[in-house]
Amino acid sequence: MPSLAYALIAVGLAFDLLGCVGLIRLPDVYNRAQAATKCVTLGTCMILAGVAVAGFAGSGWPLALKAILCAAFILLTSPVAAHAVVRGAYLSGVKLWPGSVEDAFAARADDIRAEHAADAAGRQGASCREET
Amino acid sequence: MSVFEHVALIVLLLSSVLCLYRIGRGPTAPDRTIAIDILGTLVVGFCCVMALVTGQEYYMNIAIAWALISFVGTLALAKYLEGRSYDA
Repeated sequence: MPSLAYALIAVGLAFDLLGCVGLIRLPDVYNRAQAATKCVTLGTCMILAGVAVAGFAGSGWPLALKAILCAAFILLTSPVAAHAVVRGAYLSGVKLWPGSVEDAFAARADDIRAEHAADAAGRQGASCREET
Repeated sequence: MSVFEHVALIVLLLSSVLCLYRIGRGPTAPDRTIAIDILGTLVVGFCCVMALVTGQEYYMNIAIAWALISFVGTLALAKYLEGRSYDA
């Protein structure tokens, strides 16, 4: 196993551990989500890159190919999942930490809530009309 | 199995324990959802290190499948969170 693979895996492990410490230490769900998602995504991608380097250096090139595929997939999906969860958290009314200095999503969130309420009212009206 | 591989597996297990603490303790439902997502990503890394340790290539198949299923599950939980009122 070449020393480049050892270095990549070691840095990736450090990122993973620090991301999980952020998940414990930070005060609200938005801070936790941004710390943990970014650190753990990058850390796991670096571990996968280290495995790919080790695979190319050894005889296992299918292992390297699968590692690269998995890294690309995690890099695409993990931020999307975290974004969806945090958006759902805000729209369901989880409060920001009192020490937060700016809330740029507040106006847009009101618009989205109004749209959801209109949709729900429309559905309810439609079902009432069907009943009568 | 070398010292480096032991240390790598122990660090990943320690990170998973921190995630489990947040899943158990988390004051709101989105905290738990984020922690479950992170735990899935950590399991992918764990599978990769296991592929190196054992020299068995099929661990990478487990990692890819785990990443796919974890993504779909997290998106479903996110839609569930968005669709209800939750005061905390």
